[in-house]
Amino acid sequence: MATDPAVGKDLAKLRKLIGNAKRWDLVFALCGLFALMFAVLTLVALFVDMAFVGMARLEPDFFTSFPSRRAANAGILSAWMGSALVMLVTALTAVPLGVAAGIYLEEYAPRNWMTDIIEINISNLAGVPSIIYGLLALGLFVYTFGFGQSILSAGLTLALLILPIIIVATRESIRSIPGTIREGAYALGATKWQCTSDHIVPYSLPGILTGVIIGLSRAIGETAPIITIGALTFIAFLPPSPVTGTFPFLSFEWLQSGFTVMPIQMFNWTSRPEEAFQVNAAAAGLVLIVMTLSMNALAIYIRYRLRKNIKW
Amino acid sequence: MSAVLKTDALKAPPLKAETKGLSFYYGGFNALKNINLPVYERKVTSLIGPSGCGKSTLLRSFNRMHDLYPGNRYEGEILMYPDNVNILAARIDPIEVRMRISMVFQKPNPFPKSIYENVAYGLRVRGENNRSRLDERVEEALKGAALWDEVKDRLHELAFNLSGGQQQRMCIARALATDPEILLFDEPTSALDPIATASIEELIHKLKDKVTILIVTHNMQQAARVSEYTAYMYIGELIEFGETDEIFIKPKTKATEDYITGRFG
Repeated sequence: MATDPAVGKDLAKLRKLIGNAKRWDLVFALCGLFALMFAVLTLVALFVDMAFVGMARLEPDFFTSFPSRRAANAGILSAWMGSALVMLVTALTAVPLGVAAGIYLEEYAPRNWMTDIIEINISNLAGVPSIIYGLLALGLFVYTFGFGQSILSAGLTLALLILPIIIVATRESIRSIPGTIREGAYALGATKWQCTSDHIVPYSLPGILTGVIIGLSRAIGETAPIITIGALTFIAFLPPSPVTGTFPFLSFEWLQSGFTVMPIQMFNWTSRPEEAFQVNAAAAGLVLIVMTLSMNALAIYIRYRLRKNIKW
Repeated sequence: MSAVLKTDALKAPPLKAETKGLSFYYGGFNALKNINLPVYERKVTSLIGPSGCGKSTLLRSFNRMHDLYPGNRYEGEILMYPDNVNILAARIDPIEVRMRISMVFQKPNPFPKSIYENVAYGLRVRGENNRSRLDERVEEALKGAALWDEVKDRLHELAFNLSGGQQQRMCIARALATDPEILLFDEPTSALDPIATASIEELIHKLKDKVTILIVTHNMQQAARVSEYTAYMYIGELIEFGETDEIFIKPKTKATEDYITGRFG
């Protein structure tokens, strides 16, 4: 049979067919590689360029100086402090609200049209332009609630902005827990809350934390809503310290303080005509990128650590 | 049905539970139709029948697992003895039922926690936090599930590190730790290899001295091996119930005989 010429001819035909079909594998692989490189190299080029320009300015006093009219003396002390404090307010409000809302929607909410409408709207909220949140916050937090142009207003605004991200991440993470785990807990007589607190929350924690950090790293780079609610662009003081020397050792005055944040400081510097301020802007941008990247790295590390014990 | 009960009346052991006119609906779909099934105390009763016949649905009615999902509805009663309470009654909290009737699932479903915490979970849910009492009950349960010797040196390791058969025995220990009155098994060996299956079956044999067992199986040899009573179900109906030997040797209905002899199913 092996020497049957008919079979041999067929085989040659077959191989030709496979060869032709496989050519498309190669074509697509090359296209894909090009697309990938286009995205990655652009980013790398931007980053490297900024690093070259800004590196010279990255000295310790850059982090400990207030902005100044003289570029060589200007630093980002008020900006990174402002960013850190705003992030603190954002995290403290968005995380409990977002996680609780996500858990409620997945575990407790009855399945009806109300829930459906809420679910659709949460996904839509994630796509609302951030300037809209700024306008909302200007009316609501700054004027109606009278929080003023403060760290509190900014933190709450960014919290609203990243709330959908955290809710969606929480729900996705909870959904990845197999139903058999849930049934296993209920079958032992657990109440809904026991099942949620003993199982659902701990097992979905890696995903929730990832969502939280992705949300925060988005918030830290946001400029538009912060400008809308009236962040200062030139600020040469620090908010009052949250820790005081006298009882009760904690102060919340800083929440009321005016502030600036990293992206606004950068924006301010790039709009100056002097060349030297461009260097400052690049250095601040570098710091901002490093802050964001290290938050993402932390998210990956936490996820790796927590996921290690969970296999399904 | 009543005829079966009457002939068995002389030798039949006391009832632990009994379904009376039980019907069940998944939304509009009628999955169980007027089931009357006795469950005898400290005996193994197996539910057999082709896929989709409602045997798992019936089993899951016993610990009100269906209450977890919306749109499900029971009709009729499941009476539990000796207190003669209808565990399907609206005033009975499903959690109370699940505390009395434990369940082992088709696929081992260990929590991503240590072996110890897995077995102790049912006790923790009941508010037991005393370390020495927990230790004692966990050891007892693991011994009851014939797993103690294999895991006693690594109680605090992750349960995922156990083999499939060990995981399933751990799940049995988890269900045993709270001293249930009835133990439900939903095809407990369908995800296991023959050796692990044999050890689970042996375990079921030992357990029936202590606890009433209801087991769903798609494997007729398994039903013949482990159970004293067998119920054959088909499309939501209980076709035949009787002692396992009788069902397998001289079934009363043609449908049962066809299924058991492999002509159908």
